[in-house]
Amino acid sequence: MMNDINAIYTIWLREMIRYLRDRMRIISSIAAAFFYLTIVAVGIGSFASVGNLDFRVFMAPGIVGITILFTSMFSGMSVIWDRQFGFLKEILVAPVSRTSIILGKLIGSATIALSNGLLVLILAIILVPLPITIGILPAIIFMILTSFAIVSIGLIIASRMRSMEGFQAVLSFLILPLFFLAGVFFPLDAVPDYLRVASMLDPLTYGVDGMRGSLIGTQYSHFPLLTDFGILLAFDIVMIIIASYLFNRTSV
Amino acid sequence: MYSIEIKDLKKNFGDFTAVDSINLQVKEGELFGLLGPNGAGKTTTLSMLSTILFSSSGTALVNGFDINKERIKVRKSIGIVFQDPSLDDELTAKENLDFHGRLYGMNKKLREEKITEVLSLVELTDKASLKVRAFSGGMKRRLEIARGLMHHPKILFLDEPTIGLDPQTRRNIWDYIQNLNKKEKITIILTTHYMEEADYLCDRIAIMDNGKIIDLDTSQNLKAKIGGDIITLHTSDPKKMEEILKNHSFISKATLVNDELKLDVKEGDKILPQIIKIANENGIEVKSVDLHKPTLEDVFIHLTGRKIREEEVSGKDRLKTSMRQMGWRRR
Repeated sequence: MMNDINAIYTIWLREMIRYLRDRMRIISSIAAAFFYLTIVAVGIGSFASVGNLDFRVFMAPGIVGITILFTSMFSGMSVIWDRQFGFLKEILVAPVSRTSIILGKLIGSATIALSNGLLVLILAIILVPLPITIGILPAIIFMILTSFAIVSIGLIIASRMRSMEGFQAVLSFLILPLFFLAGVFFPLDAVPDYLRVASMLDPLTYGVDGMRGSLIGTQYSHFPLLTDFGILLAFDIVMIIIASYLFNRTSV
Repeated sequence: MYSIEIKDLKKNFGDFTAVDSINLQVKEGELFGLLGPNGAGKTTTLSMLSTILFSSSGTALVNGFDINKERIKVRKSIGIVFQDPSLDDELTAKENLDFHGRLYGMNKKLREEKITEVLSLVELTDKASLKVRAFSGGMKRRLEIARGLMHHPKILFLDEPTIGLDPQTRRNIWDYIQNLNKKEKITIILTTHYMEEADYLCDRIAIMDNGKIIDLDTSQNLKAKIGGDIITLHTSDPKKMEEILKNHSFISKATLVNDELKLDVKEGDKILPQIIKIANENGIEVKSVDLHKPTLEDVFIHLTGRKIREEEVSGKDRLKTSMRQMGWRRR
């Protein structure tokens, strides 16, 4: 047990060192969020609003969600990277359980996604401006749950992939629907039924909805916050179990 | 006391048998070599011994632990250096070692002691805080050997330790390996397809081909089995020459490899003139002649009728090499 916690921490620590050392990764995800907030949100906001709400305020929590989506998916890629450059062997031959390895990777990647998400949240508070309320705390909980959801999806795909190209092909199939269906660009109340149903299959929807409800008021979220929370939590648990199961069976 | 006891170890990949029921024992403190061409099953054997792969049947005891049942105990007691680089390029040498120490459950004090010790052993102390991406191929190899020693294993596995290195670096690595074996008393098992490497380093050598161990002995004894000398002949008609020479009692064995005729003989210097005379009598032109003491290459030819590095480099190997070069250029 002590050994496993130690292994999880070790793998997490490596992810952190690499993250802090790779400034470009941080800058590029902040830059993308900056463009969404200052171009896309302003552009759409020039002709659309949600009730009395400035569209930029409506969209800001979604942009935090998108940042988490892209950062988290990147972590799946890091497993394939480790595999291709041989480092995965060094980890897999160590006297620690596979489950602790995947948990270390998961928590490490989720921490990175969360930290990028927090940076974008701060950016949104400065730029939009998003109001500073106690709602930031539940929003952070939703950010954590969202990070774990997407990271485990990435790791599940990565456990079955050998090449970077293959992973990117699957990703482009997956990331756009997750991205567009999450209700970042439109309120779920306003769209046709079939689109709403499709959105309900996207885990990111609940993350964005929960963040929006927490940050700008529950009248703007489609589901009650507890529903968002419950569905995301259940999704996380199932996905983490699947990811550990697959990783336990993966070979080098 | 044996460090490793392999019993009927077998590994199938689908219909293909990579390792075919091998048996062998490695003594404690021995420097043992698995020699054979690419695809002989050396790496697969090593992967099973180091618990990366499960065996299809049979088993082995490594430091007394069963490789299929006591995997964590096996892992704690061995160090391994893989054929392909397995360092994190973004971390420094010290961080790579520290990561390893943590994974093996070493406390901070022990890690620091060991890092200092193993870095000085492979003479990388002054490079400790440098990112690994700045390292040359030989430095990376040395760092990997150092890492394999971090947790004080009783056995060190080295998979093709000098592949892709220049001759001088290879010499250096050989010295480190011998030093570890003699001074630190670590049992070492290495795989290689370089005859001179096995010859120079190993106490005993198992020659592998097509998943089987086809011979096992000291380098000296293996070579002694052939007899005295090897004569290599290039002639205008190698087939005819082989036919003629086969019937002569002073030739122990004649093997035709491509267009070269290899002859195992007792006293080469005395027999050589006779052979040239026979060639002349039969109207065969002798283009070149070579006479040497047998090498492990000759032993392999003697046993299999093929050269050890005859096979084309496989597509996968070529890809690996080119990827490595790409990675290298990126820096």
